[in-house]
Amino acid sequence: MARQAQERIAIMGDEAVALAVKQSNVDVIAAYPITPQTIIVERLSEYVANGELDAAFIQAESEHSALSICVGASLAGARVFTSTASQGLALMHEIVYATSSMRVPMVMAIANRSLNAPLNIHCEHGDVMPERDSGWVHLFATNVQEAYDLTFIAFKLSEHSDVQLPVSVNLDAFILTHSVEPLTPISDDDASRFLPPRQPLYSIDFDNPATFGTMALPDTYMEFKYQLKEAAERAGQVYPKVAEEYARISGRRYWYFNSYMADDADAIVLVLGSTYGTLKAAARRLRESGLKVGVIGLTMFRPFPENQLVELLKNAKSLIVMDRAYSYGGLGGPLYMETLAMLYRNGLRVPAMNVVYGLGGRDFRLDEAESVLKMALDGARRGRFDEHVIWWGVRA
Amino acid sequence: MVLVEIRWHGRGGQGVVTGSNLLARAAIVEGNYAQHFPEFGPERAGAPVRSYTRISDEPIDIHCGIYEPDIVVIIDPVMSKTPEDYAYGLKKGGDLVLNLPPDNSEKVAKWARDNGYRLHVVDARKISLEETGGREIYNVPMLSALLRVKKLASLETLEKVLAERFSGKVLEMNLKLSRRCYEEVKTIVG
Repeated sequence: MARQAQERIAIMGDEAVALAVKQSNVDVIAAYPITPQTIIVERLSEYVANGELDAAFIQAESEHSALSICVGASLAGARVFTSTASQGLALMHEIVYATSSMRVPMVMAIANRSLNAPLNIHCEHGDVMPERDSGWVHLFATNVQEAYDLTFIAFKLSEHSDVQLPVSVNLDAFILTHSVEPLTPISDDDASRFLPPRQPLYSIDFDNPATFGTMALPDTYMEFKYQLKEAAERAGQVYPKVAEEYARISGRRYWYFNSYMADDADAIVLVLGSTYGTLKAAARRLRESGLKVGVIGLTMFRPFPENQLVELLKNAKSLIVMDRAYSYGGLGGPLYMETLAMLYRNGLRVPAMNVVYGLGGRDFRLDEAESVLKMALDGARRGRFDEHVIWWGVRA
Repeated sequence: MVLVEIRWHGRGGQGVVTGSNLLARAAIVEGNYAQHFPEFGPERAGAPVRSYTRISDEPIDIHCGIYEPDIVVIIDPVMSKTPEDYAYGLKKGGDLVLNLPPDNSEKVAKWARDNGYRLHVVDARKISLEETGGREIYNVPMLSALLRVKKLASLETLEKVLAERFSGKVLEMNLKLSRRCYEEVKTIVG
């Protein structure tokens, strides 16, 4: 495929996702508006209304219904998209599990926002984490360009014959959804070549009736769930192939994570979402003064890229895992707990600490990013951290 | 262009977010990298609000607020009278762009001089009242004043970006206001 030269345009994160969905030639969009993803479905409804996108746009009466409509449409063979955040995702929760367990391909953008209470509309990953164990593939964008690119990758991965799972594309509330940044789009032709019309493996067909979402009693239920486990793990193997194919048309190569100078770093900070960029900018400054710090921003959180992360972390002397979510009463944030388990079972005894930050949209500044990196360096020098979990900047 | 960080202040409803948004778009149209992001609090008309713009000739990785801006723009004429309340963190030698009558800015000029800031003022309030028959439109006019004194993008590019966003009478009015503010902005402390 020839790569066509494209100019940079200025676009808001939500608009970028909507553009990618339009170029992906979706057939059905069902959603219910919620801040801060509303602009995604607003733009999509405009595309449908003015004839730029030939799709059914259905505003449901709730998120629970929106996702249910998406399940039905996908089972009928359609390429399907929805989008939500926070309370909306919580209301979808029941159907989120049905979607993955019924092996229904679709893409959902999640504008990561905190969950009530207290009422707050700002950035947090606490909304998607309750869906962590559902069998969905969860991808995280660190900027507007990634939110756009990952949307195409998500459709391709979701519909892949070895995967057949729903995929979420996560973008930070306001920090990415409402940011204007430069975007280099792919052409409509390249998009159509990358995502030709969907060829469903199984779909509702009156001539060949099948049962979807069947009841399974104790004698078969575990086999259904084992197949889900296998499919979720296969998604991790298929992902780099899909990403490579996308790289050929876009020139942008995606991997399980972004990393900045992690290869030879003594101290590494691991994070999800837009904070990766702030940490990278801080790490660049520290590297200029010869401090060996590195940063990893996880693109794929589910399936968890264990082998690739272990490879990158095996020589590190310390690790700080940053979580914009928390497991109350647990050992820390979800990314931290997962990482600890990974380190332990791979025999890595690198000191690891959890920094919980930015809940409810609290800003995480460049100078704070520098402080966390220095804290990681201090852990590397001393071979230990004094605490397991720090709530960054909290007034206690 | 090395990284330039701009913080916008005004009141909910005055279009602080749009001003910052249009600046980022103009910079990107000219081939630079830029980032605009709003700070959304409770969305009440009249409450002080902030917005942020970063512009650079290199990709911008940072995703956080601006605490030590190179430039502070205050689009509200009343807030412009007490820039000391809003210019916190402004770098030494940094630029302030205020919505004030140039011939009535001695007090603010003394404060700017004492703090080592450059000061640019334009009476966007008067210009808007005159040109629109009583409406107070500050965001695009203050943006064009900023472009005159800091050359972050050309007026021509701004007009192109405005034409993508607005049409008809609204576009016409914004073009008229921005041209006048571009002409009438004065550097009081250089």
